[in-house]
Amino acid sequence: MSLTTAHSVVAPSATSKLVAGTIIVAYALISIVPLLWIFATSFKTPPDSIAYPPKIVFQPSLEGYCNLFSTRTRQTPEYINSLGPATGLCDETVRKRNMVIAGPSNFMPRFVNSLIIAFGSTFCAVFLGTLSAYGFSRFKVPLADDLLFFILSTRMMPPIAVAIPIYLMYRELGLSDTALGMILLYTAVNVSLAVWLLKGFIDEIPREYEEAAMIDGYTRLQAFWRTVLPQATTGIAATAIFCLIFAWNEYAFAALLTSGTAQTAPPFIPTIIGEGGQDWPAVAAGTTIFLVPILVFTILLRKQLLRGITFGAVRK
Amino acid sequence: MTEAGLTMLNRTADSVARATPERLARKVRGISDKGLAWLFISPTILLLLAINIFPLFWAIYLSFTNYRANRPNEVVRNVGLANYKRILGDQDIWIAMQTTAHFVFWTILLQTLIGFTLAWLIDRKFRGHAFWTTIILVPMMLSPAVVGNFWRFLYEPQIGLFAYAISFVSGIPATQIGMLSNVSLAPWSIVIVDTWMWTPYVMLICLAGLRSIPEYIYEAAEVDRASNWRQFWSITLPMALPFIMLAVLFRGIENFKMFDMVNLLTGGGPGSTTEVASITLKRQAFESWRTGYSSAFAIILFVAVFGLANIYVKALNKVKQR
Amino acid sequence: MKSTLKLTLGLTSAMFASTAVSNVAHAEDLTLCWAAWDPANALVELSKDFTKETGIGMKFEFVPWTNYADRFLNELNSKGKLCDLIIGDSQWIGGSAENGHYVKLNDFFDKEKISMDDFVPATVVGYSEWPKNSPNYWALPAMGDVVGWTYRKDWFSKPELQKEFKEKYGWDLAAPTTFDQLKQIAEFFQKREIDGKTVYGASIYTERGSEGITMGAMDVLYSFGFKYENPEKPYEMDGFVNSEKSVKGLEFYKALYDCCTPPGASNSYMGEGVDAFKSGQVAMHMNFAFTWPGLQKDENVGGDKIGYFANPKGPDGDQFAQLGGQGISVVSYSDKQDAALKYIKWFANKDVQAKWWSLGGYSCLNAVVNDPGFPASQPYAQTFLDSMAIVKDFWAEPSYAPLLQASQKRFHDYVVAGQGSAKDALDGLVKDWTEVFQDDGKM
Repeated sequence: MSLTTAHSVVAPSATSKLVAGTIIVAYALISIVPLLWIFATSFKTPPDSIAYPPKIVFQPSLEGYCNLFSTRTRQTPEYINSLGPATGLCDETVRKRNMVIAGPSNFMPRFVNSLIIAFGSTFCAVFLGTLSAYGFSRFKVPLADDLLFFILSTRMMPPIAVAIPIYLMYRELGLSDTALGMILLYTAVNVSLAVWLLKGFIDEIPREYEEAAMIDGYTRLQAFWRTVLPQATTGIAATAIFCLIFAWNEYAFAALLTSGTAQTAPPFIPTIIGEGGQDWPAVAAGTTIFLVPILVFTILLRKQLLRGITFGAVRK
Repeated sequence: MTEAGLTMLNRTADSVARATPERLARKVRGISDKGLAWLFISPTILLLLAINIFPLFWAIYLSFTNYRANRPNEVVRNVGLANYKRILGDQDIWIAMQTTAHFVFWTILLQTLIGFTLAWLIDRKFRGHAFWTTIILVPMMLSPAVVGNFWRFLYEPQIGLFAYAISFVSGIPATQIGMLSNVSLAPWSIVIVDTWMWTPYVMLICLAGLRSIPEYIYEAAEVDRASNWRQFWSITLPMALPFIMLAVLFRGIENFKMFDMVNLLTGGGPGSTTEVASITLKRQAFESWRTGYSSAFAIILFVAVFGLANIYVKALNKVKQR
Repeated sequence: MKSTLKLTLGLTSAMFASTAVSNVAHAEDLTLCWAAWDPANALVELSKDFTKETGIGMKFEFVPWTNYADRFLNELNSKGKLCDLIIGDSQWIGGSAENGHYVKLNDFFDKEKISMDDFVPATVVGYSEWPKNSPNYWALPAMGDVVGWTYRKDWFSKPELQKEFKEKYGWDLAAPTTFDQLKQIAEFFQKREIDGKTVYGASIYTERGSEGITMGAMDVLYSFGFKYENPEKPYEMDGFVNSEKSVKGLEFYKALYDCCTPPGASNSYMGEGVDAFKSGQVAMHMNFAFTWPGLQKDENVGGDKIGYFANPKGPDGDQFAQLGGQGISVVSYSDKQDAALKYIKWFANKDVQAKWWSLGGYSCLNAVVNDPGFPASQPYAQTFLDSMAIVKDFWAEPSYAPLLQASQKRFHDYVVAGQGSAKDALDGLVKDWTEVFQDDGKM
């Protein structure tokens, strides 16, 4: 934690530390169980995944991952025997269930869409956000408070309420189901948060730095580029990760405004089904792969993230 | 142009500028501060105008019409306030609002209680607290939709882990724990998942609050021999209160808008027992395609969030000033 | 920190470049949109012949049933170009015809000498015509489907169970012919131990989000005497939708849900039904006929363990079944309509239709289903024919979606959540539907 001013108890006793530690560890362990279960389920076979009682010890299998990445058709054993030898692990796995791989599934393109849209919109939001935050922080902008409040209040609208007119607008402009449309939308949603967070960070950077640079003969733009930006990297990183988490996880807009071409992973994953209802190992595999990037980011950038959250709270 | 060249050019411009009056100097150096300010701010404003404000006004206009997005050939009629009257007189809408209120109230209550307790405990800085804090944070980073979908599996009465764990502890047969099918349990199923996901968020904000309390206040209290209990009630809680209220505000707004997690977990069922306002709105707007009607509902929701949030912020400021 | 940012930037630009490349699909590929289910996989297999014949590649976009209407109606309403061909649900036909989503096929049929007289009449009315019973065709019947039942023949034929059943109910345990019998059987099996496992009576439709509970409840209500409107006077619903007989029907459906379904089956539709039957949980299973080929092939419950029966009779001897199935249409926003029409022409071919049936699709071509060998070709073929002869369908009006939503809500509130009475639910339904038709200016 980066905030290390003081704590609410002057000198916690060893017992109270022990009790606190035990409770926190217990809570952490319980709260992580559902995630571990997702991870474990992704390595189960479909029958193991729906066994009763739930199986904690099981023979790991890659069937879920095979099913996630392929579409399969059921065939007669005679037909399968007439084919050549299995061409890979997945081929072999699905043949045991009297199926053959018909082709790749839509998971990969959807995952790539998620990457493009999340990173693209994060970049745009942080870029625009940094510029306007600097503008608001350093210059007298008429009605600045109203503008800032207006920018922030756009986040209060329920996504479905926003989606109605956006849907009509995108239909007229041909932006429905395009990555560009989604990037624009996510940028617009994120930029309000970005401006708000970044203005706080930039406010903290002493103006003297820029002024010194400008006295040295740099223009305002250069001073911004050379002194403010490097100082603001922590803030920018914290903001970027917030924007990224939002765009990566977003469901409502993606479900309503995309159908195939630009659909992202969140609306796709719940639609992964097997021959009957949901193919839980495949869903779990998709969920796991989808969660990994955000977990990695969280752990790598946890300091910035914590600072972003607590900082946002302090500022309001 | 190379960087050196650029610098040199600027130097020349500078030396010219020094010899000239102030206004001209700015022009020579490049854009004026005011120009730069607008250059920096306007793209954001334009984007927000295009993607947020213009559509909002469009929605306001539509809310007074009988427009339906799936009937391009139909004549659009102005119906005045008919949509608003219909919504405010619709019993189902009020039931959805009550469901939303139940959800918002209980999630906030539980998250604040648990979140604050956790923060208060973590603040003791036992060994390894940073690591365990990170672990606790993980649920809030995940996609509510993807997680909601998976909780459907955990809640399955026979094969789900949740029902199994509960029956293991309580002795009630797992087949009777239909978290998603039982009318009286379903509203709690969404509260549990939301609390699981977002308690860490409340915890973090509370933690920031606790750490903002200056240590000398406690030291003074020690000198006065105030009991721990008293210190908690007269120092810790009041001083952390603005932060707690802030967490409540953020969670309140978010949960009032709640759509993705509930949509995938229960879809509003069984019956309409978990049909929060956003789900009703989605059904009207994107399944029934009553665009005008649902625009009116959207506006009402927006005004409600906005109004409630503003009243709340006023209260918050009062607390802060104390 | 800087390096992280640079990495992010680099990644982003790389992403853009890579999609620019990957988005260049083959110009001539057709995309066919349908639901994600067994017949769709069969269609993938079948379509390989089309690609072989014409060189036109086929791409597929399949969406599960619970999202199917949402996703594709949204796609059509946004004038999307994702789908060139769409196998859209029967009830969409009114809206899709009136709002110009589908290409009208009359001229094409005339030119290619495709006659609708060659198809099963119920499917032509159900899947192709708008307005109904007028020669305006918007689709080619592609997949015949109807709600019917499967049962566990092996359990029904256990001598000890047969004996016990006879003693209890006074008739021989066999596939039911009336709904009363069906409920007795379901009660008999509910929570019974069979081969060391607790089993349940029946799996029925209870899904809330899309159309599940409406399809299931209507399937029962029709035979109890439910009518959508006064046959003499269109859109007059009071006394027909909420007639005493309809109330009895809905009460029956709730009683069946309460007494005889597996635990937690409060949101179950085709997929969940298949899962319940396959895992050996239920004795009987209501589902669309499309599930039967897959179940027949199943290692655990298929073969001689499974039997089929058409929807049973109601109290007055009426017997109807809920129509499913779809026609295939050309999307009017597609840039590749000619190639799409080529596909339809190919699909209408008799040999293709025969292969379609053999792969697990349900052909609607008379020449296939009226073939003397058809009833014996599969164990479920006769039940399918019997069921197709008694079909009824939900409203296919352009306002079908709000009509469906109203029934979903009313039925689920009553049947699953247990709110109010059956009479309340149906009275409410009349009110909701009246409102919809008033909005449309039809009343």
